[in-house]
Amino acid sequence: MIAFLLKGLVRDRTRSLFPILIVCAGSCLTVFLYSWMQGIMGDMVAVNARFDTGHVKISTKAYAAIADEMPNDLAYLGVEKLLARLRSEYKNVIWTARIRFGGILDVPDNKGETRNQGPAIGMAIDLLSPSSPEKFVLNIERVIVQGRMPSRKDEILISEGFARSLGVKPGDRVTLIGSTMYGAMALYNFTIAGTIRFGIATLDREAMIADISAVQEALDMKDGAGEILGYSQDMVYSDEAMKRLASRFNQQFSRSDDRFSPCMITLSDQNGLSDILTRSKAVGAIIVLVFVFVMSVVLWNSGLMNNIRRYGEIGLRLALGEPRGTLYARMIFESFTIGLVGSILGTALGLAFSFYLQNKGIDISSMFQKSSMLISGEMRARITAVSFYIGFLPGLAAPVAGAMAAGLGIYQRQTAQLFKELET
Amino acid sequence: MKKPVIFICIAILLCANAAYADSLSGRDILINVDKNLCPEDRVGVSSLIINGARASRTVKCKSWAAGMDKAYTQYLAPPREAGTKMLKLKDQLWTYDPTTDRTILIAGHMLRQSMLGSDISYEDFMQDSRLSSIYDAEVTGDEKLGDRPCYVLTLKAKVDDVAYHSRRLWVDRERFIPLRQELNGKSGVLLKTLTVNEVFKVGERWYPKRMIYKDVSLEGSGTVIIIESIDFNVRIPDSVFNKASLKR
Repeated sequence: MIAFLLKGLVRDRTRSLFPILIVCAGSCLTVFLYSWMQGIMGDMVAVNARFDTGHVKISTKAYAAIADEMPNDLAYLGVEKLLARLRSEYKNVIWTARIRFGGILDVPDNKGETRNQGPAIGMAIDLLSPSSPEKFVLNIERVIVQGRMPSRKDEILISEGFARSLGVKPGDRVTLIGSTMYGAMALYNFTIAGTIRFGIATLDREAMIADISAVQEALDMKDGAGEILGYSQDMVYSDEAMKRLASRFNQQFSRSDDRFSPCMITLSDQNGLSDILTRSKAVGAIIVLVFVFVMSVVLWNSGLMNNIRRYGEIGLRLALGEPRGTLYARMIFESFTIGLVGSILGTALGLAFSFYLQNKGIDISSMFQKSSMLISGEMRARITAVSFYIGFLPGLAAPVAGAMAAGLGIYQRQTAQLFKELET
Repeated sequence: MKKPVIFICIAILLCANAAYADSLSGRDILINVDKNLCPEDRVGVSSLIINGARASRTVKCKSWAAGMDKAYTQYLAPPREAGTKMLKLKDQLWTYDPTTDRTILIAGHMLRQSMLGSDISYEDFMQDSRLSSIYDAEVTGDEKLGDRPCYVLTLKAKVDDVAYHSRRLWVDRERFIPLRQELNGKSGVLLKTLTVNEVFKVGERWYPKRMIYKDVSLEGSGTVIIIESIDFNVRIPDSVFNKASLKR
């Protein structure tokens, strides 16, 4: 019987081709949209985590309250001891200290007078230790455009665009004019080791990356750092796990009567990222719901049209004694088969498009040239485990739901009328 | 017969003196303050105790000044600041940092930055300290600060390019030293206070010995300035007030 039904589907293309195409298109669109949204949201979270928030961030409570202002006067002092303790007590987390700072990068001429200068947004990281996780976290070596990685503490990397606007190249000396943690003017000479391009507009405008030991010296922050960031070993953020970690740390270290005691906050507590994480989860559900609803309506309509077209066939089968329940079940089976084929094709196509967009991102950096948000300049999709079934299951469910709704007409046919209908 | 006449004369003189003092206008008082605080040439050593939110630091410096347009300061301590020099020539301010061997012109928004992390900004340092040349003054009261009777003056800027658009001064009636100043922004909001705790006499001139500058927007208890020594009307060679002297 199953072979009979399948033959019917294959031979009567009006019964199979249009519904399969609809299911295929719907599944494909769902898989692609979901993967694309995951890519955008995931990128936003990943970029923020890598460059700003970490999966968890430790700073003094006073610093955390106005962290956007980079208040290094409120930085945590005693970083080495705290880092050693964190590395022994919280071994499943990668820990690294950073200083974010602002200043002016001043380029001298051959007489030592200012030739050019521009505002810099600086990030001091552990660039030189062999065990430093920063090269891996920030992927620095891969974003070098000119020059090389710094090998001395007074060597820095600056963004390629910034170097062009200052008219400097690797090997040139520049002076950082900033402010010490005590508010005094800070001057420190650096040599440009290389230029970088992260593909993130806000960083590529005026970024400067220096070794933390040099910046501690320049900004008079002995054994101090604005922030200590923590990352899970697999670099995948789990809100629940990080919230547990933060709670444990705060119970252990944070004191309510000392605003310079350390406190830990999670990624989702920063930069409005909890909204993004929540939306990221909601987007998948919304796409599926919309897809199932729209497809069901379309396929219900298609089913109704089929029923009208197959009015005589259904009437004959009922007249020959085929029970209504069996007929209804067989129509659902036909729809299930259509859904299965359409979903497999659609999911495969959706995954193929997503895979392409995952590897070959679309350059949208021109849209964010003046943005101050940490957003990647390349839009990429991301295929996750959910991508494999998010289009497939609704693709299966929608035609079945459509057939179930349309097939109810079978039960409204009057047996007494069937032969009359067949005679006409 | 002679004694009562002398007594009456003295009484008349005292009354006249008191009447003169009471009849001083706001501008007269400011001119007296300027005469006291703005000598032509001076060389002094001072200490700044900068009381920040987390720690206190003491910076020692030696300054040479000629009039209001030229000033040269060299920091002597602590080691991190020692050797740093600042040169003011009219409306330009240069700083030299020995560790980087760079001379930087402090201009624009940098002028509003704190000097050495203290409650004093570079703009404060640059401001013409002759109050009578930039403010109109009005006597708005008489008050005692501690045991010192003071004129209370309200100053309004007569030029636009000024860090503080209005001030309130409590000027010692006898010594013509402002014992307290409230420095306000354009909207009238209080930005800083300057309180003189101790004065000393140098020659015939009264001069502040110890004062506290407090930026109300900053944490900490303010910056204490202690004048350790000061000499007036010292001849200072012109070569001191030269950019080349910064690197010497």
